Amino acid sequence: MNLLLQIKNLQTLLHTGPAPVMAVDGLSLQIMQGETFALLGESGCGKSMTALSVMRLLPETGEIIAGSIRIGGEDLLLLPEADMRNVRGKRISMIFQEPMLSLNPVMTVAEQIGEVLRRHFNLRGVAQHQRVLEILNQVGIPDADRRMEEYPFQFSGGMKQRVMIAMALAGEPELLIADEPTTALDVTIQAQVLDLMRDLQKRSGMSILLITHDLGVVAEMAHKVAVMYAGQIIEMATREEFFHNPSHPYSHKLFASLPAKNKRDRGLAVISGTVPPLSREFIGCRFADRCDHAWDLCRTTMPGWSEVTSGHQVKCHLFDQDNGSRAPSSVKAVEGTPQRASVLQSDCSILELLRVTDLKVYFPIQKGLMKRVVGHVKAVDGVSLTIPRGGTLALVGESGCGKTTVGKGILQLIRPTAGSVLYDGLELVGLERRQLREKRAEFQIIFQDPYSSLNPRMRIVDIIEEGMNALNVRGKPVSAGDKPSSSERWEVDALLQRVGLPPETKWRYPHEFSGGQRQRIAIARALAVNPRLLICDEPTSALDVSVQAQILNLLKELQNGLGLSYLFITHNISVVEYLADEVAVMYLGRIVERGSMDEVMGSPQHPYTQALLSAVPVIGPDLKREVIRLHGDLPSPANPPAGCHFHPRCPKVMPVCHEIYPEASSFSFTHTAHCHLYTQK
Amino acid sequence: MLNYIIRRILYAIPILVGVNLITFTLFFVVNTPDDMARMQLGIKRVTPEAIEKWKHERGYDKPLMLNDSEEGSGKFTHTIFFEKSVAMFAFDFGRADDGRDIAHEIKSRMLPSLAIALPVFLLGLIVYITFALVMAFFRATYVDFWGVVLCVALMSISSLFYIIGGQFLISKLWHLVPISGYSSGLDAGKFLVLPVIIGIISGAGASTRWYRTIFLEEMSKDYVRTARAKGLPESIVLFRHVLRNAMIPILTGAVVVIPLLFLGSLIAESFFGIPGLGSYTIDAISSQDFAVVRAMVFLGSLLYIVGLILTDISYTLVDPRIRLE
Repeated sequence: MNLLLQIKNLQTLLHTGPAPVMAVDGLSLQIMQGETFALLGESGCGKSMTALSVMRLLPETGEIIAGSIRIGGEDLLLLPEADMRNVRGKRISMIFQEPMLSLNPVMTVAEQIGEVLRRHFNLRGVAQHQRVLEILNQVGIPDADRRMEEYPFQFSGGMKQRVMIAMALAGEPELLIADEPTTALDVTIQAQVLDLMRDLQKRSGMSILLITHDLGVVAEMAHKVAVMYAGQIIEMATREEFFHNPSHPYSHKLFASLPAKNKRDRGLAVISGTVPPLSREFIGCRFADRCDHAWDLCRTTMPGWSEVTSGHQVKCHLFDQDNGSRAPSSVKAVEGTPQRASVLQSDCSILELLRVTDLKVYFPIQKGLMKRVVGHVKAVDGVSLTIPRGGTLALVGESGCGKTTVGKGILQLIRPTAGSVLYDGLELVGLERRQLREKRAEFQIIFQDPYSSLNPRMRIVDIIEEGMNALNVRGKPVSAGDKPSSSERWEVDALLQRVGLPPETKWRYPHEFSGGQRQRIAIARALAVNPRLLICDEPTSALDVSVQAQILNLLKELQNGLGLSYLFITHNISVVEYLADEVAVMYLGRIVERGSMDEVMGSPQHPYTQALLSAVPVIGPDLKREVIRLHGDLPSPANPPAGCHFHPRCPKVMPVCHEIYPEASSFSFTHTAHCHLYTQK
Repeated sequence: MLNYIIRRILYAIPILVGVNLITFTLFFVVNTPDDMARMQLGIKRVTPEAIEKWKHERGYDKPLMLNDSEEGSGKFTHTIFFEKSVAMFAFDFGRADDGRDIAHEIKSRMLPSLAIALPVFLLGLIVYITFALVMAFFRATYVDFWGVVLCVALMSISSLFYIIGGQFLISKLWHLVPISGYSSGLDAGKFLVLPVIIGIISGAGASTRWYRTIFLEEMSKDYVRTARAKGLPESIVLFRHVLRNAMIPILTGAVVVIPLLFLGSLIAESFFGIPGLGSYTIDAISSQDFAVVRAMVFLGSLLYIVGLILTDISYTLVDPRIRLE
């Protein structure tokens, strides 16, 4: 294999804030022809800046101050801008994370792809049209002849990413840079897009620089892996070697902080502290402060490259020749401390806290002069579920399936169209406002995005106290006249400590905290009113894995300590396996399968559940899984397919599926699924 | 889309009734019909009989909004408010206090108003967009910095200053064009040059700065990075990608004022002695001619509503994502 891209000692500076930030510091890597090179790291580690440096498309505050980037012997950093434009889109193409935002909203797909052909091959008119059609067919866009004249907003998320890929391929590049190409997509769509990229690579022989935070995607795609931390590559190896024997303590921690089924009985490993600000000067190893194995040398001397095996390099003193005695057997991520299994859940699981029966939430579609209601978007269409006291029910599904609406419908934040929500024996649907308000303290919600769900103009103490005051919840009886009482303040301190934040932080504003800390504040806010039920709506999907581990640990600890019940809304299967007692799988407004975690995850019965689970990348060195491919996208809930909602995408579809929605079939006392495969018998 | 437009037109009716009611109330809070009569008749000839006669001739001898002496619906219909409003909704504006027909007056004064407003609008749009594009292209350089400084300076000075300063400098000192006046033929040009130029300058600061912000906001979006990643030169990125998206807020912001161009400008027309609708309105206000004021306010709100509907329609033309339902 020939060398395609060689980056040597790249240094990229960002002039933001008071001190310049060294986003990429001394990065070197090599990519061979036809190879997929994965750059793995958490947010802010400089992986995107590396990619943008290669394209020389840094934001205006960015500047490359040293290094060389050679493609086929030519140093890109020495090219004048006009020549660099001949490289962009031709020799090197790039696809971005958010296909929604990365396409021009007012230009048709054909125009946007055609533009590349005109720029680099001077193709016009019919020839251009033909080629665009060819490329669109290549990336698997059905009905390309008609769809090429459509605008990006008319495509679904997965299809938009295919358009992006088509645009990148139009220049027939030698190197494709894919910056988190599937992060914004659902797992079944992710599987389709990754398949496509692998397939295209096989056909065209291009190299891929894959930038991701997802170990699963790396396991799927990469030939070589480089782990980035704080602007530097700290470990580099082939995929097999990396997954067999991750060597850097940070890499270890990344693996250990992933939630999984076999870690259920203990907490996840967490990396203490936070990534150091890159605006400061480093003397020793950048990871030393957070490393369990660090000793004096790590704080005074920057580690160089050490060879673990041939082709597997790591920047860590543990692997230095003269420190050989310490390594490598001593490197083992310290797993989280075992936690006592919940006492409550074993014997009380029969006692349910919440029973939802046939919940329906419809949104009217209005049309015409008088705004007549001509139909309904059936966001939630007959959902039944129960949540055990002190237990966790996970509601799993892809975006747009209605799982968030279920959560809001239960809390009566959206009034359900029909159905019943029995909370501890009390019917919530149709409950009067005043009575509902009194009950509100008992069920709280944590939202997905900790950045937008906290009021930016309120201090933490106000955010937490607001709920306590509104719902008249006080930890201790407060004497009259004792206004914002000291005992209430004391409560806030205790809450913050409970979620792992120092009490002094209560005087600060949300923007001063990191994503993980903000989610802790959101949890403290919910806990302030002593709830018994927490609805967690994707609480970790905006967070990095190592931060996710902290939040999951916290949620588990709180459940054990306070006996909380959770409705955990998520699309992340490994979180479900780690946290849930029971699972309900949702598809297009209905629950298609439910049962205990072991039943649903261990022996899924519904074809959708099977496909969903098979699409989740397996983190490991071997590629052995069989992905059940789903074609197409989630249909619109305004106009769901007749019969079984899943039949247009189902690999096991039968004639009866087109006509009748299947009744539930039971597999055990707890495990049911709605599928004709089982009703026929 | 047709349904949508019909619905919007129906919504306009209560708005116009409301505007009419508010104009009427405000006018007669500060004035009585007697005041109007005295104003028109002059100090010398005022006798109670003359006032009564003036009011009777013009229909101001009835109660304002509620007629207690009548029965049934007459309580509301035999009032100044009802009688004057009904006629106006049929576009019968009646006569001004000096006896001239308002509708005829509006027709003949519309053209001079447009003769100033339209060039200011069109040339202004072109000039502002050009300058904004230049500043966006040279963003974060001295061109951009001094451009913004200039914009802020232009914004901070009252438009009265531009008018008076322009008249003094160009007409009085340099004798290039007449200070004020108007003629209906082709030689109107020499009267129009100065007000048009001053109109453009006095709007330049605010608009250019606003358009620059729109351009910069568009340029920071992800699709622009995608366009650059294709290898397109900066000029194509700017004109084909950024401009097209930025035109959505710019055009729709501009369309709203197009119908209002007919009404002309209150201040400029008075200063330059243009016999347009702007100066007509100002004169009517100062002579407390209710019929004219009300007609102009009614026309203004009507045209504004038309402008809003046109804006919505123009959205569907420039933005493929928007369909009116």
